[in-house]
Order: sequence, then C-alpha cells, then structure tokens
Amino acid sequence: MATFTLNINGKKQEVDLDPSTPILWVLRDHLNMVGTKFGCGIAQCGACTIHLDGTATRSCILPVSSIGDKNITTIEGLSENGDHPVQKAWLEVDVPQCGYCQAGQIMTASALLEKNPNPTDEEIETAMNGNICRCGTYLRIRKAVKIASES
Amino acid sequence: MTLVKTKIGRRSFIRNTGLASGGLVLGFNWLASCKMTPEQVNAMPKEWFELNGFLKVGDNGMVTIMSPNPEIGQNVKTAMPMIVAEELDVAWKDVIVEQAPLNTDIFTRQLAGGSQSIRQGWESLRMTGATARQMLKEAAAQTWQVPVDEITTGEGMLHHAASDKSAGYGEMASIAAGLEVPEEVSVKEISEFKIVGTDRKNVDGPKIVTGKPLFGLDIQREGMLTAMIVHPPAFGMKYKSMDAAAAKAMPGIKDVFPVVVYPEDAEKQWSDGGAIAEQVAIVGNSTWECMQAKKALDIEWEEASTLESSAYHDEALNQLLDTAPKEAARKDGDVDKAFKSAAKIVESVYTAPFLAHNTMEPMNFFAHVTSEKAELLGPIQTPEFLEKTLVSVLGMPAEKIDIMMTRMGGGFGRRLYGTFAVEAAVISQRMQAPIKLVYTREDDMTQGTYRPSYKVRYKAGLDDKGNLIAWHVRGAGTNDDLIFENRFPAGAVDNYLAEKHSLQTNVTTGAWRAPRSNFIAGAEQAFMDEVAEAAGKDPIAFRLELFDRAITNPVGDPKNNDYDPERYAGVLKLVREKSGWTGGDNNGKSRGVSAYYCHNSYVAQVMDLTVDGDKPNIDKVWCAVDCGIVINPLSAKNQIEGGIVDGIGHATYSALSFSNGQSDQKNFDTYRLIRNMEAPKEIESFFVDNGIDPTGLGEPSLPPIMGALANALYRATGRRYYHQPFINDKPPLVG
Repeated sequence: MATFTLNINGKKQEVDLDPSTPILWVLRDHLNMVGTKFGCGIAQCGACTIHLDGTATRSCILPVSSIGDKNITTIEGLSENGDHPVQKAWLEVDVPQCGYCQAGQIMTASALLEKNPNPTDEEIETAMNGNICRCGTYLRIRKAVKIASES
Repeated sequence: MTLVKTKIGRRSFIRNTGLASGGLVLGFNWLASCKMTPEQVNAMPKEWFELNGFLKVGDNGMVTIMSPNPEIGQNVKTAMPMIVAEELDVAWKDVIVEQAPLNTDIFTRQLAGGSQSIRQGWESLRMTGATARQMLKEAAAQTWQVPVDEITTGEGMLHHAASDKSAGYGEMASIAAGLEVPEEVSVKEISEFKIVGTDRKNVDGPKIVTGKPLFGLDIQREGMLTAMIVHPPAFGMKYKSMDAAAAKAMPGIKDVFPVVVYPEDAEKQWSDGGAIAEQVAIVGNSTWECMQAKKALDIEWEEASTLESSAYHDEALNQLLDTAPKEAARKDGDVDKAFKSAAKIVESVYTAPFLAHNTMEPMNFFAHVTSEKAELLGPIQTPEFLEKTLVSVLGMPAEKIDIMMTRMGGGFGRRLYGTFAVEAAVISQRMQAPIKLVYTREDDMTQGTYRPSYKVRYKAGLDDKGNLIAWHVRGAGTNDDLIFENRFPAGAVDNYLAEKHSLQTNVTTGAWRAPRSNFIAGAEQAFMDEVAEAAGKDPIAFRLELFDRAITNPVGDPKNNDYDPERYAGVLKLVREKSGWTGGDNNGKSRGVSAYYCHNSYVAQVMDLTVDGDKPNIDKVWCAVDCGIVINPLSAKNQIEGGIVDGIGHATYSALSFSNGQSDQKNFDTYRLIRNMEAPKEIESFFVDNGIDPTGLGEPSLPPIMGALANALYRATGRRYYHQPFINDKPPLVG
C-alpha cells in the first residue's frame, strides 16, 4: 500500500492503495468516478480511455504509481455542463445505442481535436480505430467528430 | 379516432388512490450519485397521480412514463414511451422516462429479445396512453359539467370549445386518478400522429455522453463488496479442489470458496442455459484486489466429459451434412426426380464458426440477499425468468425478491442467460453482504452460450430456361438445427426439401443477435446469387420471379410459408430503385444484393465495394426496410446501421475456435471485432410506408448483409466466399 496524490479533473485527490492498481480501478472503485469504463483490461477496446496531460490513454493498464504529477482528465471532467463540442455533437447526431463505449470514444475524439482541430475523414477513422463499438455506431461517431471539428 | 375495447386486463391498471393523495416521487433516484440538477428538481411536480401502472401525471402536467422492457441499446427506452405519449397526447418535452422494475402484475413480457418489444408492446402501450387520456377527459367533463365527447386534447391540455374552457392535464390528474377505468377508448389514426414517426433522441443521451452511472457495472453501495468467479477452464471440466491459502491472505480479500450456484434439485429456466453448477468465488474490497487474488489461486479441475476441439466439431458436422435425417423438415414435390431432369445443378457448402457475444460491458450483477429479502440490480434481458430461478435457488418466495434492470452495455442475446445474476445472489447470500459480481473479459469470452457453429449444403436444379425447379437444403449446427424450413424459397419452388441436424456438444450455445438467421441468411442469399448466375439472370430479377410464383401460385398451403412474398418483393424493388441497380458494377464499385425476412421485418440491401489486396473497402450500403410503422426514424436508422456494421464485422473478422474444450480466443487481442476503419463509408436506409403495425429492428438488418458482402466480394474478386470469417477464407477463383 502507498499513498498517491493525483490531479484529476483539476482537483487533487489522495488515494492509499496497491501501487500496481490501474487508474481505471482507482477511478471506479476508490473515487466512485464510474464514467470511465472497463471493457477488456488489456488496452484493446478503448472503453477506459482518459486524457493524460491531454493525450488519449488507456487507463486499464496504467498503474497509479506511474502517474506522478501528470494531469488526468476523465469523461466527468471533460466539460462542466456536458457541453464540450464533442459531447454536443454526439447528442446532435444521436450516436449512442447501448452507450457503454461512448465515454471512451468521446475521450479519444476530444484528444484528437485538441491536437488536430481539422482532421480529414481518414485521420478521424485512424484516430477512432482503437475504440471498439459492438453496436456498430462507427458511422455516427465519424460524423459527430466531423461536426465537432467544424464547431 | 378509432374506438377500441381496452384489451388489457383490469389488473393492469393499479389506480392507487392512496398514492394519488400524496407522496412526492422523484425519478432516477436509484443511484445516489445520479443527482438531478436544481432546474430539474424545480420542474418536478409536487404531487404525482398514477393513472395506471405505466404512467403518472404530475400536478404541473409533467408526465412520467415507465419503460417496461429492458434496454440493451435497441432504444426501446425512448420508443416505448413515445407510443404512450402519442396516445396520451402530451408534448414529448414534458415527458420523463423511467425504467420500470420487474413487475409481472402490471407489465407483460418484460423481456428484450427477438426484436419483439415494439411489435408485442404496440397495442398495450397505445391502450395505456389512450386510457389515461380518456380518464383525464372524463375528469374535465365532470368538472365542467359538459359531455365528455365534446372535450378535445392536445399537448397535455384539455379543451371544451363551446364553453371556452381549458385545463392542463395536471389540473385534472387528481380527479382522473379516482375514476373507473373505461371499457372502451379511442386510439388515434396514423394521420393524427405527432410523436410516432418523428425523430426523437435517445432519452439517456445526455447521461451517456457525460459518463453518468447508468450501467450495472457502475453500481456502488455502502458496504458493497466485489465478487469474481473462476469457472472451469474448459467445457467438459468441473471443479475438484483448490489451495486458496495464498489468495485468502492477499490484501483486501474477504473470502475465497467453491460455490454451488445451481444445486442438483434447482428448478432451472431456459434462461439458465450455459449454467455452470459449481465455481470458485473470490470476494474482496475492490475489483483489482480480486483480480490479483484470482491469479494467485491454485485450483484443480477434473474432466467430467469429452474435451472437444474445433477439428471434432468440423468433422462431426461434415458427417451430418452427408447423412439424410430420418425425417425431412419440409418436403414439396420430389427433388431427386427434378435433379435428374435438371439442365443445370448448382451445389455449395457454407460454414461459420462459433461466435462470442462480446457485449462491451462484461457480465455483472449487484445482489443483496438477507434472510428477509433479496435485492437484485443489474443488466438482464430476462428478469421474469431470473426471478423464477431465484425462488428455487435461494429458497425464497417471489414476493421477497426485487429485480431492477439497469441500462445494459449491449445484449445481443448474451444477457438472456442470467446465470451471472444467480451467481451474484448465491454469493451474496453466503456472504450476508451486498456484493457486485464482476466478470473479466476473459471470464465473459470463455464462459459460453455462444452463437453455434454451422454448416449448410445447398443444391439447386434449373431447367433449360433457367427456371428454378428444385431446391435442397441440409443444415447442421452445434446444439442447434439451423434450418427454418418454411422460409423463402419454400413455397416458390415445386420441388423443395429441407433437412436439419443438431450436433450435441458440451460447448454451451444460445441466442446471438438474430439466432440462426445470423448465418443462414448470408448462406442462402450467397447461394441464391450463384443460382441466379447459373440461370443467366439478374440476381434481383431472379428473386422477384420466385416471389411472383409465391404470390400467384404458391407451392403448398401458403399459410405454411413463413413470409409475405409481396412485402419481401417490395423491399427488393425499393432497394433496386434507390441504389440505381443495373445488374453491373457501379462506377468501378462491385455490387452485391441480398434480402431476408426475420423477426417479422423485411430487409433488402445492396452493397458497393472495392478490394485492396485482402481488404474489402465498403463504399456504400443501401438498405430498404419494411417494419411497418416506424416509431422513431432517427433511432431506427441507427439500429439498421449498427446491424449492418455488426454483420459485416462478424462475417469478415470474428471467430471462436476450440482446443481441448478451451476457446483459443480469450480477449480482443485474438478475437477480432470490426473497427471504425473497416465499417462502410456510407449507409442509406429507406422505409416502406405502409401503415402496418410496427415490427422490430434490433436484429433484421444484420443477417442479409453477410450475403450482400459475399456477393459483392465475388463480383470484385471472381471468388465465391463460403467460409466465415472471410478474412481467413482463401477461396479458389470460380470458373
């Protein structure tokens, strides 16, 4: 067990736990921030995507001990009122079916647009390729990213 | 308006006058962290008046509509309340939707499966809204002392033109709640619909995009422990013994024990398919600690039956394809005689592997079982059947068992089999504590109830004019006999023989999005393409000739044919028109066509693609659908798009194989699902506008797309694709 102070969504949070614990479970089990989802546990599906200093990162294989003072942003902290351009575009296009993977999709999309505000269609597909949606909402995901990039 | 008898039993309407006289009910309060905004709280009525089990009207006119069926992403949580709101005649903005708990006294068929929620719910949902509206009208008539049939409604308001009186539903709700339920009510004509048939966004959309707790896995409770299971590593093995000392000593671990989930005398339901009687349970403070303890466990398993491999399944299914069953499933005319006189014969075998469901949210369930009661909360497609199993397994009467459904991170049939919820309940009962059972992805993918593996052989005979004179289909599957003998082209061919086999295996199988159709549609529609080519006919024209035959001069009793040939032909004609089908390529893009009828809806598709090496680039899919009245076009199109992407993905990339009873794939590093870049560039959907009562869309667009893909791939490559997943199929060039 060890104590860590984490910067999450602009707030300092202290946790005392096994240093190997992935950030995914720190968020979900210890801080009751359940917007970040568990999908595969091996960084293959993207459901657990967060931003680490602005970069889309898989939280399911990211030990709490490796974070240091880097800034973590989760879906809960992407915007104060759910009005980030990507979230608004997601609602406009009515992307979700079951909705489970969408937080991860949104975190990947928002990190893309932060680095590349005007991605081509191909760049959007490439960036979103790491996030699995079993419901098959990929076409609406692309469309929503495009709309967000234009706003 | 159409006058109809209220067909719902009177017990469906609990007019709880006690509740009507008071009681503030806040919606969405089942998760403590799921708080309402101050604006939402201010907008909430001070009092709610329950008019029937499906809805309550607030004193300020807000309406809460219960969505009775489980939500797995098929969007019934928006669509079902839309139907109620339509007949109640309220503005959609004034509607709050709540998920109803399992309540067999009020609701019928609280099940998500078979694309049946809308089809089977249509009448009762309309009646519910219309009955409540009638009661509100009667309340206004009594209050204003005017005849009830002079009162009109609109957007949650009651009007009496002659006396120039108006009132909101909220003002009449308390009186309406005390009235008798009417014997007859009027429902709207289709032309009067204001909500049904319009685009309405997912009611949970804002919560989904902000990461609010909605799913079973998100449940947190005071004092809740986390539980995990270890199931036998292979089908055919069972628990023998273990050394749990190291695991028990690990931080955060409360207990590790073998658990008999299903005692020998347990009364199992069909929803317990895939049940594993005895497993090992790990209970601890957190998920990660349980995962670590799981790795430290030393469990001995023993062989209980044969450890099967894919090579065995293949060989056994091949043998069945070479064996005539004792009885035909359907026989018209004499296929043997017809094949002898045929000018041409076409024969092909199509195959597909086992598939896992892979809902993105792994199996999980919350349970708190005490001696007094059992509270179950989580993602389940079959809550009613779960309750029956729990009565037997927990030894507790149904009245003491409360089951609530969460929004589900996908279903696809997997959560029809709620063994994970039973496991959670049994572990909670033993621990005397609230627990949340969590499966890892590996637990989920290796636990079973898979889509069966299938093989089918088709043989068709053509006369010298290219007319189809004989059709023989023989199919076999693992624990499933695959063939729908009365589906097309039964009824359209004089000599028709359908035969089927099931291979018993200990690899558990179950319903997977569009059961059986999810393979047989693609096989049949790819074979139809081969036969049309052999006949020298356009594939759409060839199919339409067969539908003409089924319409004008059906073979056998048309009542036995499980499709309406006019509606079937209708979607083909529509997709032909919309895609600009000419029979050839489309500006360098290779085209394939397919059509199928399942789950009461008709679908026809045209796909355009090019092939780059081994990689298909799908340019566009045109999809024509006849599902009768479309409740919510925005969401209906989403379902169609999803089914198409899902179907392309599984036909092209996905497979589960077995070695010595173990699945070779355990997670997404080896089990391939379709990804964003592999989905079509564009999908365009079209609906037949016919005013027929609605049918479902959760499944029907998936099955035929596998055929359209195989047919387009053939046009692009000159090779027929017979074996899913196509990415592994290296077929020879044809001709």
